[in-house]
Amino acid sequence: MDGLSIVAPYRDAAYYEGRPKIAIPQPGQGQSLLDLDGRFGLHPALADLLPLWQQRNLAFVHACGSSDATRSHFDAQDYMESGTPGIKKTPDGWMNRLMAVLSGHNPIQALNVGQTTPRILEGRMAVATIASGRKVAGTLPLDRPKVSAAFDRLYSNNDALSQTYREGQAARQALREDLKDPDLEQKMANNGAASPYGFAKDAQRVAQVMARDSRVQLAFMALGGWDTHVNQGSASGQLARNLQQLGSGIIALQKGLGPVYANTTILVMSEFGRTVRENGNGGTDHGHGNVMWVLGGGVRGGKVYGEWPGLTTAQLYQERDLAVTTDFRDVVANVLGDRLGLDGAQLGRVFPHFQPNQRLLLSA
Amino acid sequence: MKRFSQPLGLSLLLWLVLLIPSHAAPTVNPKILHVLNRLSLGPKPGDVERVQQMGVEQYIQQQLEPQLHSPSPPSLNAQLQSLETLSMSPVELAQDFGRPKQKTGNKLSPDDRKVYREKLRQIAEEAVRARLLRATASPRQLEEVMVDFWFNHFNVFANKGQDRLWIGSYEQQAIRPHVFGRFRDLLGATAHHPAMLFYLDNWQNTAPNSLGARGRFKGLNENYARELMELHTLGVNGGYTQKDVVTLAKILTGWTIQRPNAKNPSPQGFRFDAKRHDSSPKVFLGKTIQSKGEAEGEEALNILAASPATARHISYQLAQYFVADKPPESLVNRLTQNYLSTGGNIKNLLKTLFSSSEFQDPKFYQAKFKTPYQYVLSAVRATGVEVRNVRPIYTTLQQLGMPLYGCQSPDGYKNTKDAWLNPDAMTRRLSFATALASGRIPLNAAPSNSLGREKSPQGPSQGSPIAASLNPIQLTQTLGNGFSLKTQQAIANNPPQLQSALLLGSPEFMHR
Repeated sequence: MDGLSIVAPYRDAAYYEGRPKIAIPQPGQGQSLLDLDGRFGLHPALADLLPLWQQRNLAFVHACGSSDATRSHFDAQDYMESGTPGIKKTPDGWMNRLMAVLSGHNPIQALNVGQTTPRILEGRMAVATIASGRKVAGTLPLDRPKVSAAFDRLYSNNDALSQTYREGQAARQALREDLKDPDLEQKMANNGAASPYGFAKDAQRVAQVMARDSRVQLAFMALGGWDTHVNQGSASGQLARNLQQLGSGIIALQKGLGPVYANTTILVMSEFGRTVRENGNGGTDHGHGNVMWVLGGGVRGGKVYGEWPGLTTAQLYQERDLAVTTDFRDVVANVLGDRLGLDGAQLGRVFPHFQPNQRLLLSA
Repeated sequence: MKRFSQPLGLSLLLWLVLLIPSHAAPTVNPKILHVLNRLSLGPKPGDVERVQQMGVEQYIQQQLEPQLHSPSPPSLNAQLQSLETLSMSPVELAQDFGRPKQKTGNKLSPDDRKVYREKLRQIAEEAVRARLLRATASPRQLEEVMVDFWFNHFNVFANKGQDRLWIGSYEQQAIRPHVFGRFRDLLGATAHHPAMLFYLDNWQNTAPNSLGARGRFKGLNENYARELMELHTLGVNGGYTQKDVVTLAKILTGWTIQRPNAKNPSPQGFRFDAKRHDSSPKVFLGKTIQSKGEAEGEEALNILAASPATARHISYQLAQYFVADKPPESLVNRLTQNYLSTGGNIKNLLKTLFSSSEFQDPKFYQAKFKTPYQYVLSAVRATGVEVRNVRPIYTTLQQLGMPLYGCQSPDGYKNTKDAWLNPDAMTRRLSFATALASGRIPLNAAPSNSLGREKSPQGPSQGSPIAASLNPIQLTQTLGNGFSLKTQQAIANNPPQLQSALLLGSPEFMHR
């Protein structure tokens, strides 16, 4: 994801020099950046998030990223989800390790949206899944009482399969009840959160479950489409459309969570940033440093965190990318420490081989 | 104590027979089921009887020599021959199906884009169709099992850029011809195929400051070199260093993809670009490699294929796939020796594997948890339905988290229980089993021409069945009646259709 278009350093001349086609104009010039702090501006497609910034529960950490320099999507994504940059063989994801560290294990302790268990949630703790799209609350053949009763008898032992079967049934039952309130969906639509986008719909459902059921402690959603090698666009265009979709999903989450939003922290992260200079195709190539978003009731927001390394050639990573001055694990560790109360030993289990080395004070 | 044992056994037997007469068919020799479970994607109706008749040894022999014994049925051949893109070379695919020339700027006109997308859709659909039709209907089942094994070993991802064009060709031309051949040939075929060159970026791998270093070809790309050693040959602990990764990347500079508009392109799509090659002398894995252009890469592949670390890595993976998640060390050692003494002859390796005492040890019967691919295909095969419409299979594989040709990372799909047993997977497998047993999945319908969105085959179960529900007596017979007492008891006293669902959803059927 091109962090330099999301929180753009509009005072840096190098930003406009490197991006003649795709830089977003300085604030106050028609379709242009929304000023954040006199130095950085927010992409106009994210205008809906500006009130959260003004209420100081949206923060950004700039020049943030991985300690591993890979520009491979697969590796970088893998590292961000395993939480162990440079180590490919880590069997589980950091969010699954986090589940093990937290108390209150239950069948819907963590929610995943989609068909496959993402790397970040892989591991020994059971994860509940909500299918993406409209059919989420649809009936499966196994939901029919006669069918499930018959399988209950078949899987009534204490072997691994029987236990897993029962975890699956418990998660499904809990989720179906949490999702089964047509009124609520309508209420939320009237709340202004409804949106034509699939992502926002999914986000709305996640929020619905989390707001109703305190057993859910963690949730994960993925959204693709950020590999803008060609025709990235500026204040409008390809990237702007994607950001609009992401922004409406976040608003759907925030509104849908209702009072629970105050106790929730939302992180938006992407495997790497993109080249500072646009390429010959009006796009950007794989880069390094990026911006990470942190939202939620307890966030000390309204501020762009992180040491800004600058954009002149000498300041860039390998003379082409925004340098990384904050390890993404520092941001996550900060949130886990402050908001979930993890101590140093517990953080060490979530992020092995890592010493948090910055105190960001992201939370109030 | 002794006096009680017999009456207890008797009463148990009587009770069973009374409770579930339909499952009282004679139990088949478990060895036959074991061999069918491991050498095929699961028994079809009649398979158990066939192996009973010819004997296990003969069956293994025939599966290892498919061209001598197992002609494809004409109906399958006819279906495969109707797939236009299946036999096209990578260059033909790029020429006829690639992104059209842009007239202005970078944007395709809406019409061009539509045509281009339609062509890519056709390629994807035909690749999926070919694979799933063969998996369900081909009598050369071990060949299909080995395609699954080797494709994962040399995985490419269908949705990475240009690989959309070449996914079917990759399996057809780089994998299939070599599944029983020499490992070195298989390695070479994957190394030269544009799908792999593109997937792991070697097509851009360029010696910095070489004559051809410009534009997107500016420098070394280690991606393929690393995976070639870590995943394809030596294994992660195979004794290479970061320096060897860089050296191998240098050796492979200039190994690239033929431009489709080149004059007299080689149809296979491989090209060696000498201008981008690093011709400095190199030491790779302790061996001096003389400067000789493209042949350096061949020499490196020779070294890798002949390495004892590779022999061990391949042996471990085969033993894990065919015997147990944690395979016996004795077997891995024997296979490693066999690999080294035959120069990596895959057929020989498999022969040794199947005749080993470890493979035949009853403690490993049903020790492997099926992957979604194995589970879904074995269930479809057990029904005996002649599949014409592969779409429900494709969609179910997506829902189970194992989309065909959809593994993004180069290590391919795993085949261990740890990787696939999770709560949601159980829910979805059992729902699929229930829908399949009820006859509501339209496998025999006219083939649909898109792999895109469709009504989920596991969706709402109202609506009328499109085929007869599955007969549990027949199904039990197809599967050799190898069900535990516990399973038989849980199944008894349910309506027939539900009995079939329970059989397909049983712990025994989850394993192979």
